Amino acid sequence: MNNDVVTQEKRAVREQAQHPQSPATQRWVQPAVNIVETGEGYTLEAEMPGVSKDGLEVLLDGNELTIIGRKNPFTGQAHLVYRESNDYDFRRVFELDPVIDASRAVAKIENGLLRLELPKAERVKPRKIAVE
Amino acid sequence: MRLTRYQRPDLWSWSGFSRLTNLQDEINRLFEGSVTNGRGSDVFNSWAPTMDVYEDADNLIVRAEIPGMKKEDIEISFQGSVLTISGERRSEKRVEGAQPAREERFFGRFTRSVSLEKQVNSGAIKANYKDGVLTVTLPKAEEAKPRQIEVQS
Repeated sequence: MNNDVVTQEKRAVREQAQHPQSPATQRWVQPAVNIVETGEGYTLEAEMPGVSKDGLEVLLDGNELTIIGRKNPFTGQAHLVYRESNDYDFRRVFELDPVIDASRAVAKIENGLLRLELPKAERVKPRKIAVE
Repeated sequence: MRLTRYQRPDLWSWSGFSRLTNLQDEINRLFEGSVTNGRGSDVFNSWAPTMDVYEDADNLIVRAEIPGMKKEDIEISFQGSVLTISGERRSEKRVEGAQPAREERFFGRFTRSVSLEKQVNSGAIKANYKDGVLTVTLPKAEEAKPRQIEVQS
């Protein structure tokens, strides 16, 4: 994907594909994400079909962001005829740009799409200085 | 049960003529003048949701994972014995000055079809979109339902 973009020095958020704390017993899939940077901050979108608000966990630990989405299993008496989806929950870890003010992060999930707003700290936002 | 081959969006590979139908659709679409999201032809950048099929005594249930859609942008049709789910996922308008740092999501049109072996009461098909999963419930026609036959003495 856009690894060149990510490894650039002024990159957004660096991810760790293999996280050391990842529980060995559980398998996860990484949700597809889009990350966009503006002067105000970063917006992260992650596709997590089957995950409702109750199944979503967004953890901020220092400069490490972990998103976890647990799927609501399809329940009912029906038996499976054909399957392409899987049961694995979503998990992905990112290293946050230090300019992000994590205390003001806002997450919401709608139609299986997580939208995470990560605003930059006031001090690093571009600003115009009035000439006296 | 026959399904249109699932194409993992992240693992695109040219598989010859198995995608001829898609190619044909794509060519038709090109001539209709619709423009894809700047990445060129969808033949090389197409995406498709995963599709699962379940069955119980009364219904066939088709589930598709299509996160981040608007309900209005999903189209479902049933013709003959073929259920087709199609639609368009639109990307949000870019804020001015926004820099993409990572782009893994697919946008644009998709189509998936499934041919159902059982007879279906097409007038009673229901669909529901929740948490990015579309669930289409197709009640079986009476003659397709299992029935118990009483043994008479």
